[in-house]
Order: sequence, then structure tokens, then C-alpha cells
Amino acid sequence: MDVTPLEFEKPIVELERQLAALKESSSGQEIDVSKEIAAIEAKIKKTRKEIYSKLTAWQRVQIARHPARPFMLDYVSHCFDDFIELHGDRHIGDDQAMPAGFARLDSRKCMLVGHQKGRDTKENLKRNFGSANPEGYRKALRLMRLAEKFGMPVVALIDTPGAYPGIGAEERNIAEAIAFNLREMMTLEIPIVAVVIGEGGSGGALGIGVADRVLMLENAYYSVISPEGCAAILWKDRQFAPEAAEAMKLTATDLKRLGVVDEVIPEPEGGAQYDRDAAAANLKDALVRNLNEVSAKPVAKLLEERYQKFRAFGEYEDPVK
Amino acid sequence: MGIFKKPSLKAFGRKKQDMPEGLWHKCPHCGAMNHQLELEEQLRICKECDYHFKLSSQERIDLIVDSGTFQEIHPKLATVDALKFQDYASKVKKYKKLTGLQEAVVTGRAKINGNPVVLGIMDFRFLGASMGSVVGEKITRAIELATQERAGLILFSASGGARMHEGILSLMQMAKTSGALARHAAARLPYISVLTDPTTGGVTASFATLGDIIMAEPRCMIGFAGPRVVKETTHQNLPPGFQTAEFMMEHGLVDLIVSRTEMKDHLSRLLGYMMPSGSAVS
Repeated sequence: MDVTPLEFEKPIVELERQLAALKESSSGQEIDVSKEIAAIEAKIKKTRKEIYSKLTAWQRVQIARHPARPFMLDYVSHCFDDFIELHGDRHIGDDQAMPAGFARLDSRKCMLVGHQKGRDTKENLKRNFGSANPEGYRKALRLMRLAEKFGMPVVALIDTPGAYPGIGAEERNIAEAIAFNLREMMTLEIPIVAVVIGEGGSGGALGIGVADRVLMLENAYYSVISPEGCAAILWKDRQFAPEAAEAMKLTATDLKRLGVVDEVIPEPEGGAQYDRDAAAANLKDALVRNLNEVSAKPVAKLLEERYQKFRAFGEYEDPVK
Repeated sequence: MGIFKKPSLKAFGRKKQDMPEGLWHKCPHCGAMNHQLELEEQLRICKECDYHFKLSSQERIDLIVDSGTFQEIHPKLATVDALKFQDYASKVKKYKKLTGLQEAVVTGRAKINGNPVVLGIMDFRFLGASMGSVVGEKITRAIELATQERAGLILFSASGGARMHEGILSLMQMAKTSGALARHAAARLPYISVLTDPTTGGVTASFATLGDIIMAEPRCMIGFAGPRVVKETTHQNLPPGFQTAEFMMEHGLVDLIVSRTEMKDHLSRLLGYMMPSGSAVS
């Protein structure tokens, strides 16, 4: 797949263009340009390293939103076998922004739930840009309960700009659908592993994100509000989204430091969009490892640890202690 | 010819500005002007449209608990600026001074017509009663205390949502409070959630909509996304009454809409149905 470069990647693109031009002009000619070629290649390598080793929070947000980035169903086909998608919340409809179903991770049976975005307009209309309606959260919970009934773990792949802020969503009580999931996921008597694979947009992400292990891809972000939303409220201007992204500590490494994320899954240089197979292999490795660990725990211990994990979040001063 | 001159709009404007500040309150719902004294007499309810003006946590406590039974818990839990977020520390300081509160929620033990309850009351004046670590922790401790003491739990919500100044930690308070409610529910103890104007965002999407009973004050705003966001996202006109208590009752979220004048009575009667037998004192 062609990857459209982001603004901050332009220096690399420019060097690559120079390299291609040089190769083309010298082809079939007598002059030896191998030295020049080697010099540009070295420069490309150096520039890539400079840019990708020092990505800002805002640059990572852009990578997390990159349309060529692997989405939920890409990871499903790369990491899992025998996926059987199951549809509908049994009340209102089927939310295509939140696919779910049985799948096997090697030999392990799992229930998969997650957000799915689209790559073009048509697909995005179908997937509602990865913003689920209440039906999506209710379908996810229905199938998580099914997983509990048949004793298999849940894998949740999170990638949403946020739950859908639409009229119908409000009318069908989107807030309650999310809240209900938060409470019920705390009681599910099976292991749950959640991975933020792209955008972790606020309550819409958390609505399938209460888990025994919360993992995060290196360039994903997870935030209480979008950087644009935060900028609009605090700086009265969406232009300040980069500053807001920095201030909210929404990158994988920040969240690992805050204890919200258990493990950061490395991505190929420049982001998962440049090498899907490598990204999927890293994800699969982390999933297998974490599922093995949490599946070994007795249910009572698992639930107590899940409760305490979320119970511990928050920083405050308690003068009594 | 001066006497025939049309009085300018500017002149009217100036006259309006001369009105003593704080004496008249414009109803945000119907626009009617309510006099301060009148409002105090009628529990801060608009005389024209029944809109319930915001109350301070203390006013609410006075309204619903048996006199002298409220004992605050964890009053000193204090906010820290975990992310070193721009202006956050000074903002918290400012609102502490402005409201005399430590944070946006007050929690404690109380009795309602003899029923032992643990109470949490959010106060919108404090940074829009947004939920950060302290709000989430105080509410979680209140829930856990209610479970432990086998008391009823009553939370009065009003909130602009999760507090962005504490980033992801605020978001996690949604899971934390909801988790504690799972345990309270497993103990078969009642939780009554009362929604007041306005209840939005991460608070609506966590403990506020998890009540065994969800009550709302008349005409209060209840929603996940704010109306402006909904309008901008969908490019549609909002239906009449969108996101009001009445609208949300029609759409199945709210069990009952109760006026302030009858709030205590309703809470007590509902607890009577749901409290484990033998726990009421009177």
C-alpha cells in the first residue's frame, strides 16, 4: 500500500526524491555516482533516525490517525485465524464501527471486539469513521458475556476518535451504554486484554478498555479528550492541538509511566503503516504472552487484581495518611 | 426638538447595567427574571418554567438529609497537578477560594428519614464539577463505604465531564467509580443516582447512569456530548427539548423526574423499597 507521507516526513521524502533522480540520470551512463548515492543513502538513514527517534506527541497522533495504518480487521487477518464475525446488539441494529466475533490466536479460542475505521469515503460511511454508536458497545458486551459463558478470553482492539456524538446516539443513551460496559467488564469472569492500536479516544475507547492488561502500540495515543477539543476549550483555538497533545501526556511512553498502560508494543520505524507484517507480528507476540500470563490466574485473583488495577488510578494528596 | 428624539438603544443598555448585581437571576431555560429573595423562598426553582437552578452542595445537604446527621468524610483530600498542566494549580487555588470547597464533590454519611445513606454531592461551581483524581477517589471511597456499612448510596451529579487537566487519570476515574459500583450492586445494596443541571461527558458515561434508580431534576440538561458538538458533528438541527431531563425520560434513561420540593420524600420512599430489611432506624 502507498503511504502518503506526513508533513514532518517531508525531509525524508525530499532526500528519497534526490536519490531516485540521481539513480535515474546516471543509469546507462559512464560516470560513477556510487559515492554520491552512498552519501544520500547515509543521509536518509540519519534523517530518518533523527525524525523518528524524537517524535513529538502531536506527530504520534498524526501517525495514529494515518489512513494507511493497519486497522482492527487488518490485524485480525494478520494475527488470527478462523474469524467468524457476529453481528448485532439484539435490540436496535448492528454497528459496523465495532466488529466482533470468534477468532483463534494460534490454537487459543478468543472473543474479539474492536473499533474499525474506513480508508475511503464509502468505507468510512459504513464504519462511521470508527465512532461507535450505543449498539456497538451493547453488541461488544453481549459477545463478551458469550465469551464468559464458553470460557474464552476477550481481546479488545481499540481504535476510535471517540464514541459518536450524534443525535441518535444521545437518544439511545450512548453514555449509559459506555457506563454499563465499564461496570460489567469489571465483573467478567474471563481474562481480558485490551490493546490501543491507533486512536484511544476518551470514553469511546474506555468503553471496551477495562481489562486485566492494557497494551498500547508505540505510536498510538490514548486521551481523555482529543487534542483539538482540549485546545478549543483551553486555548480557544484548535490550532493549539500540538500543545494540547504535549500537555495531556497521551503517548504510549507517557501512559506507561503513569501506570495506565502495562506494555508498549514496538512498531517498525516510522510507524505500523510502513510495515504491517512486522507490526502485526509484534502485536501477536505481545497478545500471546499477556494472554498466557493472565489466563494462568484463578478467576477470583484475576477479578481482584482487575479491580485493584483501576482502583489505584489517580494522584492526590491525602493528609490523613 | 430634543423631546421628540427617539431614545437610543444605548440609553436602555446603560439603564439595564445599573440594576443591582446579583439581585435578579435570569432563568437559563425560559429567560424569566427571578428575584433573589423569591428564588431562595422557592428552593431556587424558576417561578415560570419549573427550571431548577444550580445548588451548592451545602444547600442540597440541607434540603435532603435529616437535620444534623451529615458527617463529611475525607474532606481534606486535595488535588495535585500530576501532569504539570498549564495553569491548573492556580485554577484549583482560585476555585477553592471562590467556593470555599476543597474540590468539586462533597461526600459523607447521613440519614434520610432514618435511612442510613452515604451521600455524594457534586458542586458545579468548582471548575464545572469536572471529574479528576480527587472527585473520582472521593466518590469511589463513598461507594466502598456504603457497601462496607451496608448503607444506601445516593449520588447527586452535575458535571462538565472528565477534567482534561489531569489527562488520562481523569478518564480512569470513570472505570474506577464504575468498578466500585459493580461491588456495591453485587452486595444487593441500593444506589440512587440523581442527575442535576447539567450532567454531561465522562460523569454521565460512568457512575451517573449506573443507578438502580435514575432520578433527574426538572428541565436539567443530561447528555454525553455537548449540544454544540452534536450540532457541529451532525450538521443537523437538534430536536426540541434535546438532552433535557424530560427528553431523556422519554428516551428511557430516567426513571423519574422529581421536583426539589419532593426530593427528600422520594428518596426516603425509594430507599424504603430497596434497603435491606431492618436497617432503617426510624
